[in-house]
Amino acid sequence: MNRWYMLTVVGKDRPGIVAKVTTALFDGGCNLGEASMMRLGGSFTIMLMVELPEPAGVLQRLLEPVASSLGLQVHVDAIDGQLHHHREPDARISVYGADRAGIVARVTALLAEAGLHILELESHVAGSRESPLYIMHIEGYAGQGIDALRRVLERVKGEGIEVSLEPVETMIG
Amino acid sequence: MKILTYPDERLKQVSQPVAQFDERLRTFVARLEETMRASPGGVGIAAPQVGCFQRIVIVDVSSRPKSANNGRLVLINPEILSWEGMATSREGCLSVPDYTGNVMRAERITVQACDELGSPREFLCNGFEARAVQHEIDHLDGLLFLDRLVSRRTDLFRRKRYGNRKSA
Ligand SMILES: [Zn+2]
Repeated sequence: MNRWYMLTVVGKDRPGIVAKVTTALFDGGCNLGEASMMRLGGSFTIMLMVELPEPAGVLQRLLEPVASSLGLQVHVDAIDGQLHHHREPDARISVYGADRAGIVARVTALLAEAGLHILELESHVAGSRESPLYIMHIEGYAGQGIDALRRVLERVKGEGIEVSLEPVETMIG
Repeated sequence: MKILTYPDERLKQVSQPVAQFDERLRTFVARLEETMRASPGGVGIAAPQVGCFQRIVIVDVSSRPKSANNGRLVLINPEILSWEGMATSREGCLSVPDYTGNVMRAERITVQACDELGSPREFLCNGFEARAVQHEIDHLDGLLFLDRLVSRRTDLFRRKRYGNRKSA
């Protein structure tokens, strides 16, 4: 039986990193699963499901040349590689406001209390250095229904954060 | 009937107009509808999804609460006459299991088509139903929603802009 790993690679962003990392993996006999790559604050970040019938150390060594030439940090974790079990979001929440400490914790704690299972979260600090603007976008599964989420979000109104919630209605045809 | 799933190349083929409105056509439409209703969550189906490359589509979103609709729609040789508004929303496809993604579609369309007896009809479709009709007509041209995916980030900003326009 093959083994799945979650490979995390972080480093200073520059063109060509994805191509070099994935070529090294392909040449080393790895099979790739799902991946998410983001440029966060000028850093390159990728999380990548990798399947390889070898111990973790083999995967780590496979990436050593490319990691040292590009100055990348590589981290490997063994995982239970579940494919073909996507969970569909049924709620989408957008949050924005002047950046301040605690905004993510405040909103996500309320959402968790109301049964939201977050499937995707993405946030950005926009605006300028003098007046930073925080923008967050969440998609998830409302375990206690959309109305439960709507009720808890009422509580952050008046705290200087704009929050919008809408159901995700997936059309299948 | 068995639903073809991508990467079956036949899903990328362009379907031909229906010429004969006969009993055979009506039998096929009934079987196509059965296939759609037997598919969990399916609100539309196009003939090429079962390997018949004719311009036939069925849409029925009446099971969805809160969305205006025309009931059971059988659209043969459909043509979209007008489009209005654009919005991003999530779609999946009976021919693409285990994946959904965001797609931009017109919010309101007028569609002209023949019914099972060959009589021309015209429908105004909004929102969820309009999305379903556009998704199914795409199948007739060999297009999947995968050909129209947009990223979430695009989605976030586009939707904001449309939201503003509506409230203005
Ligand atoms: Zn489809």
